This record gives sequence, C-alpha cells and structure tokens, in this order.
Amino acid sequence: MTFNTLNYSKMYNRRIAMRKGIGDAFYSLFLLSVLVGIIGLITLLVQVLTEGIPWLSWRFITSFPSRHPQEAGIFSALMGTIWLMGLTAVFTVPIGVGAAIYLEEYAPKNWLTRLIELNIANLASVPSIIYGLLGLTIFVGWMALGRSILAGALTLSLLVMPIVILASREAIKALPLTYREAAYALGATRWQVTKSVVVPAALPGILTGVILAMSRAIGEAAPVIAISALVYLTFIPTSPLDRFTVMPIQIFNWISRPQNEFRGLAAAGIIVLLIILLSMNALAIFLRNRYQVRTEV
Amino acid sequence: MQNSNYLYNSNILEVKNLNVWYRAFQALKEISLSIPRHHVIACIGPSGCGKSTFLRCFNRMNDLIPGTRISGQVLLDGQDIYNSGVDPTEIRTHIGMVFQKPNPFPKSIFDNVAFGLRINGFKGNIKEAVESSLRRAALWDEVKDRLNKSALTLSGGQQQRLCIARAIAIQPAVILMDEPCSALDPVATLKIEDLIAILKEEYTIVIVTHNIQQAARVSDYTAFFTMADDRSGILVEFGKTNEIFSNPKDKRTEDYITGRFG
Repeated sequence: MTFNTLNYSKMYNRRIAMRKGIGDAFYSLFLLSVLVGIIGLITLLVQVLTEGIPWLSWRFITSFPSRHPQEAGIFSALMGTIWLMGLTAVFTVPIGVGAAIYLEEYAPKNWLTRLIELNIANLASVPSIIYGLLGLTIFVGWMALGRSILAGALTLSLLVMPIVILASREAIKALPLTYREAAYALGATRWQVTKSVVVPAALPGILTGVILAMSRAIGEAAPVIAISALVYLTFIPTSPLDRFTVMPIQIFNWISRPQNEFRGLAAAGIIVLLIILLSMNALAIFLRNRYQVRTEV
Repeated sequence: MQNSNYLYNSNILEVKNLNVWYRAFQALKEISLSIPRHHVIACIGPSGCGKSTFLRCFNRMNDLIPGTRISGQVLLDGQDIYNSGVDPTEIRTHIGMVFQKPNPFPKSIFDNVAFGLRINGFKGNIKEAVESSLRRAALWDEVKDRLNKSALTLSGGQQQRLCIARAIAIQPAVILMDEPCSALDPVATLKIEDLIAILKEEYTIVIVTHNIQQAARVSDYTAFFTMADDRSGILVEFGKTNEIFSNPKDKRTEDYITGRFG
C-alpha cells in the first residue's frame, strides 16, 4: 500500500520492508544464541540426572567413600564442602564488603586507589590453580596451618574476594548521592552515613555478590586439590584444623575411575552439589527480596 | 534595626567576602550579605550563577566535594563556621537542608524523621518529637496511620514535606532549601510555600529558586546572582523583596525579573 498524502515522499527511499527484515534477522540471531546456551544446559542436566538418580539415596549421602561402588558415598566430601563454605563466607564477607566500603566511601580518588581498583578487577580473572599454589606456599607452608580446612578456606577467600568487592562496590556506587547528602545534612558522621544509609540500601546488591562468590567457591576443585590433596577420607572434620576433601574433588576422582559404576556415583555427586548450590542461591534471593520489600514498598 | 546596647545581633548569618573555587574555577566571587533572623531569603539568578554553591556554603556541604576551596567568612551568630576548630558535622545540626529532589531514605516514614534524632543522641521522647515535627511540616494527618510504611510510598509533595519534617526534627536555627519545589506539581508547590510562611516564625529560611514568582510570593529578602564575564557567580543586588521587584537598582536585576534574560 502506498500513501500519496505527502508530495515530498518521493525524496525518500524508505525501504521499510527491508529495514524490518534486517531487524527480524537480528532477532532470530539473538534468539538462537540464547537457545544454544539453554539447550546445552538441558542436555547436561538430563544426562546427569539419568545417570545419577539411580545412585542417589540416603545411603549415598551418609556413606564414606569406598572402592566398592555399591558402598561408596559422599558424606566426608559433603561435610568438607559445608565446613569450607562456612569458613570461606566468614572470611570473605566482612573483608570483601569492608574493602568495598573503604574504596567507595573513604579512599581518596587518586592514582594509587585507581591502581588498586584495576588490580582487584584483574585478580578476579587469575586462574584458580595459581591461588591454590599461593595458598600452599603461604597458608600451608609459611603459616604452618597444614593441609587444613582453615588453609583451604583462606585460599578460597582470596580467590572469591574480588567478586565480593566488585559487586559490593557496584551496589554502593549505584546509590544516589542524594541519600548520602541527606544524611550528612542532618549532622551524620561518615561512619553513621555508611552504617545507617549506605550499607542498608546497598545490601541487596552486596548479597548478590556474595551469592556469586560462594557459587564460584563451591565448584572449585583445582585450588583445593593443591591444598588438601586428599580424596579418600573416612572421617568427617570436626575442627578447622582437620584435613578435608570437598565434593568437586570427590566427583573428579570418581569420573577418572575406569569402572562405569563410578560414573553414576559422580553424576549423583553432581546432583547433590547442584542442590546445595541452588538452595544457597534461593536463600540469598529470599533474603534479598525480603530486604527490598522492607525498604522499597 | 540594630540595637547598639545589645551584643545580640538580629542577623543570624553574615557572609563576608566569600569566594569559592572548584579546583581552578572560581564559582563565587566576593559575596557579602547579612541574613536577618526569622525571615525568608530567596536566592534567584540564571542557571550556573552559583546560587546552590552559595547555599551549600552555609552548612559546609561543599566540603564533601573534593577540590573545593573557600576564602572569606560565614558567621553564624557571630562565629565563623569556617574557623579551623569548627566541625562541619556540628554546623549541620544547626543549619538544616532540604534538597531539590525529595530524598527520603528508603526507610519507614517514622524512621526518616527519627534518623536525625537518633544519630545526634536525642535524649527526649522520640515518638513525640517525630509527631511534632510531622505536625509542623503539615504532614501528620496524612501519614499518622502509616508511620511504619516506607517513605517511598508517599507522593512527591508528601516526600518533600517529610524531608522538611526530617530537617526540623533536630531543631536547627536555619533551614536551607535548594529549589525545593522544582520536582513538584503546582498544588504540592503551594503547600510547601504555605509551609514556608509558617516555618519562618521559628526558623530562618534561605531558599534557592528558579521560579521568580515563587521568590516574590514567599520571601522577605531577595538576593539576585548572575555570572560575571569569567563565569564566576557574583551577587548583583540584595534587598527587601518588594523593593527588588518593584524598584530594582541594577539593570541586570530588572532584566532578569521581567523575563528579558535567563
């Protein structure tokens, strides 16, 4: 259809159909990109679930590893992971959030702080095995903590600290300046502004960073192998100075065995790991939403 | 106006030869004026003439901006607030501020008003103080049933009156208002203007406004600022509002208030 209402429409070559066609082509391209990711994920999940579910049982969760697949379980690795995550969170959250607060609220903006910021961003992309070797040298060696949970947690804390710092800084930076000004104008000190206005308002973003960091930490095998070097563990740790193993190492070990049954055990281990990961994320999202409701509605 | 037998000075604020720089740029040049107690003083002038910078000198908010430098004196009851021994945190409890965009904290209505009381260690009854501040800000009847709801559920005009309640809760002597109605509709604006007329019984109010009619309606004194050739802000004329508006002494003032410029 052509409208001839305007005399000067001949001065344009509008090609509306072609422009819309280009738009549609890009739309399809983007949709395809999303599908590649989703299909890949679904394939993985289906494969893991079909292999793993037959092996998943209460006995699997509460048994120690064994060379007989029918008796093997993930109990020591599960407990090791819980210990390691708990301690890592204890170190990472206060130090990471503290560093973010310092950089955003206190530090002068000069070349030194810019250098520090640049380094933190780079640290987030250093291969994790490097952290493992660093931890082995410093915590296991120099500080003589042994191949303990404590040494592992300190190493993982170093590894995921940049994630917490970066996410917290972004959350703090996103706060409108007007909140801070309002608090200062009422005679608040810098610490009062930080404690009563900045941190509560930035908490949802900070929590997101903590989720991301812990999700990264729970799946790490390489640095923990460097620290703990243990796979076959038939006791559960009772103190931070005990030796330990974690689920990714256990899963890795099972996968590398020749017998097929162990592949099933590995899949079952992956399912347990995924469940822990998803519940951790769910908890953090729940906390975040609850906090947002309290502050925004 | 001045009684030589008394040390008591009717001018609560006095500005003497005030200069402000942001790094190399001079934002305000040689400003001097006196602000009488319990009056409303309007600062008008074209965008970028330093009105807001001037306002922020009174509660030392400019201290928060790195690279700001100040010379001259700002006297509050005869004492220079820029003396080396003076803590800006303390100044801000005597001189409150209301901002351009309503900026309640993402907290409950009650907690917003109580914030200043709590951080300043208020020893009285916080509930009563919050109620009385909300009443004085003409907001109590609208919010008394939902004090625990988030302040962000209020309309823009209500939020701005909440910010006024929050500012007066800690009993300052002066309230600075930086274009308090620029984000509000005409009805909400009128409510704030009515409130200003009542509040000046107890407080001295310095208000920056882009709305010339508003300056004429609410203020007792008007200060007209403009930009010098080097873009630094200068005070052109300061005097009683009715005189500035009926009989401006300077051509630039006349051009501005009659709408020929700015």
